[in-house]
Amino acid sequence: MIKEKPLTNNIRPGKPPLNVREYEMAGGYQGLRKAISSYEPEEITDLVVRSNLLGRGGGGFSAGRKWSLIPMGEKAPRTKYVIANTDEMEPGSFKDRYLIEGDPHQLVEGMIISGYAIQAEIGYIFLRKDYGRVAEKLQVAITEAYENHYLGRNIMGSGFNFKLSIHISAGRYICGEDTALLDALEGGRGIPRAKPPHTTTVGLWGKPTVVNNAETVCNIPHIVDKGVEWYRSLSHTDEGGTKIYGISGKVNRPGAWELPMGTTMREILEEHAGGMKQGFRFRGALPGGASSHFVTEEHLDTRMDFASMEKAGSRLGTGTIVLLDDSKCPVGMVLNLQQFFCRESCGWCTPCREGLPWIVRTLEAVEQGRGTREDIAMLQSHTSLLGTGNTFCALAPGAMFSLQSALSLFREDFEQHVDLERCPWKT
Amino acid sequence: MSTDEGGMMLSQEETREIVSEIRHALNKGSVAIEALKVIQKYRGWVPDDAIEEVAGLLDMTPAELDSRATFYSLIFRQPVGKHVILICDSVSCWLMGYEDIKKHLIERLGIGMGETTGDGKFTLLPAACLGACDEAPAMMLNETLYTNLTPSRVDEILAKY
Repeated sequence: MIKEKPLTNNIRPGKPPLNVREYEMAGGYQGLRKAISSYEPEEITDLVVRSNLLGRGGGGFSAGRKWSLIPMGEKAPRTKYVIANTDEMEPGSFKDRYLIEGDPHQLVEGMIISGYAIQAEIGYIFLRKDYGRVAEKLQVAITEAYENHYLGRNIMGSGFNFKLSIHISAGRYICGEDTALLDALEGGRGIPRAKPPHTTTVGLWGKPTVVNNAETVCNIPHIVDKGVEWYRSLSHTDEGGTKIYGISGKVNRPGAWELPMGTTMREILEEHAGGMKQGFRFRGALPGGASSHFVTEEHLDTRMDFASMEKAGSRLGTGTIVLLDDSKCPVGMVLNLQQFFCRESCGWCTPCREGLPWIVRTLEAVEQGRGTREDIAMLQSHTSLLGTGNTFCALAPGAMFSLQSALSLFREDFEQHVDLERCPWKT
Repeated sequence: MSTDEGGMMLSQEETREIVSEIRHALNKGSVAIEALKVIQKYRGWVPDDAIEEVAGLLDMTPAELDSRATFYSLIFRQPVGKHVILICDSVSCWLMGYEDIKKHLIERLGIGMGETTGDGKFTLLPAACLGACDEAPAMMLNETLYTNLTPSRVDEILAKY
């Protein structure tokens, strides 16, 4: 069976992305044409619900169900907004860059169809500043889309009006959180908002807003163009579509690949990444970026979809695997992860603002051989003190996933640092 | 903390660009970050005087504007060198040995993280994951991404600037 790769079909590594004509020749904007000529907006949402496309930013929430929370009809509050979250700053994640740089029109088309489905007037692609190369290519695609009446007033004669622009942010990981992202778009400090209300009813400027990860949006044209049944058949599991998986670390061919949703970590590691680099042994992995729990060898054959990874005690997250090998110290890796979260905390709520620096200082002590068994117990207690329900947003609980799982899976390594009074990896 | 670069009134270009941002926005406050980016584009950083003047244009207090400016890691509230180096210190780069690259840059430039060389040429800053994990370690120099770094490759890159 030939595996279909709708999201990456047009990507030609090392070459510029398809322009609007080439994209059309490859079947591009057919999804939009079909959406506008054959479906009512609510029918598009229904297709996306039935496709079981789950949020690729790591949340795993049904994109269609999110859309269905948007008030529709003439009495719905206006303006409505649709936003592609391309803040991609989750350590270990590089899938959105690959997708958008490789095929910017696909994201543009996905945004227009998303806008049509919820009857939004305005769309933003929220891009981190460091993705300048992506911004250039996207801007060309947006300009071409306007010139060809895929954007603007009365799109393809349908009466649907939609404006799309890029917003280039100014740093900070927290701005990738849906509601902090809205603050950033409004020109303020990026601090998560209380939920409920959800952005779908009270979002940008207090209006109904859908925020979807860029990879999620890229799936939309294909669902509309080729149908729900085809889309679901792409997956190994109940969760629809393909997934952009990636691996970084000491493997022979680090990279990103579009594979059926539910591909195992072993297949990704051995077949696509060419296995471990010679001389290095697999010790563990974060399956989906920094905000996921370590898994070890016993989970190499677990299907990498949202439900299966959760059952395995971790998360699919962004689906980009960060691989720990035996040449690197697990305590050092966790320290690096916690330093990141500590620096990126917005400082709004106390457990995150005060707890993360405490964790970093304690981990530093342990890593440098100055730690005690009590320190390890203290770290353990923080994994629940900063856990889900005790903080304002998901940043600190996300940070605790790697710490908590490392304390259980690599306990001996932590204790060895205390007993030897040094890091065993340092001579 | 006024400095030599401070004490400048907004230039005509700066004012024009900020006013144009305001005209296209729903309200004045929403262009805060864009306005700061305009200042930074022309001056490389955002001095205190500019904060005061831009706040005036946006009908907010300098403190309010500064609270927004200081939140964002890529809005610089201190002078930076001609070229800004952002070195990725996130987990994939850590796994692939970014610490050697950082050490090499610090030795080569003779400055610590967050500092600028005496000739005003380079500033060295840490950065969150640059999304180039499959080609780690990585850094950005101004707008350009450099990957698969080794100490000798870093030397070649620096020689170009």
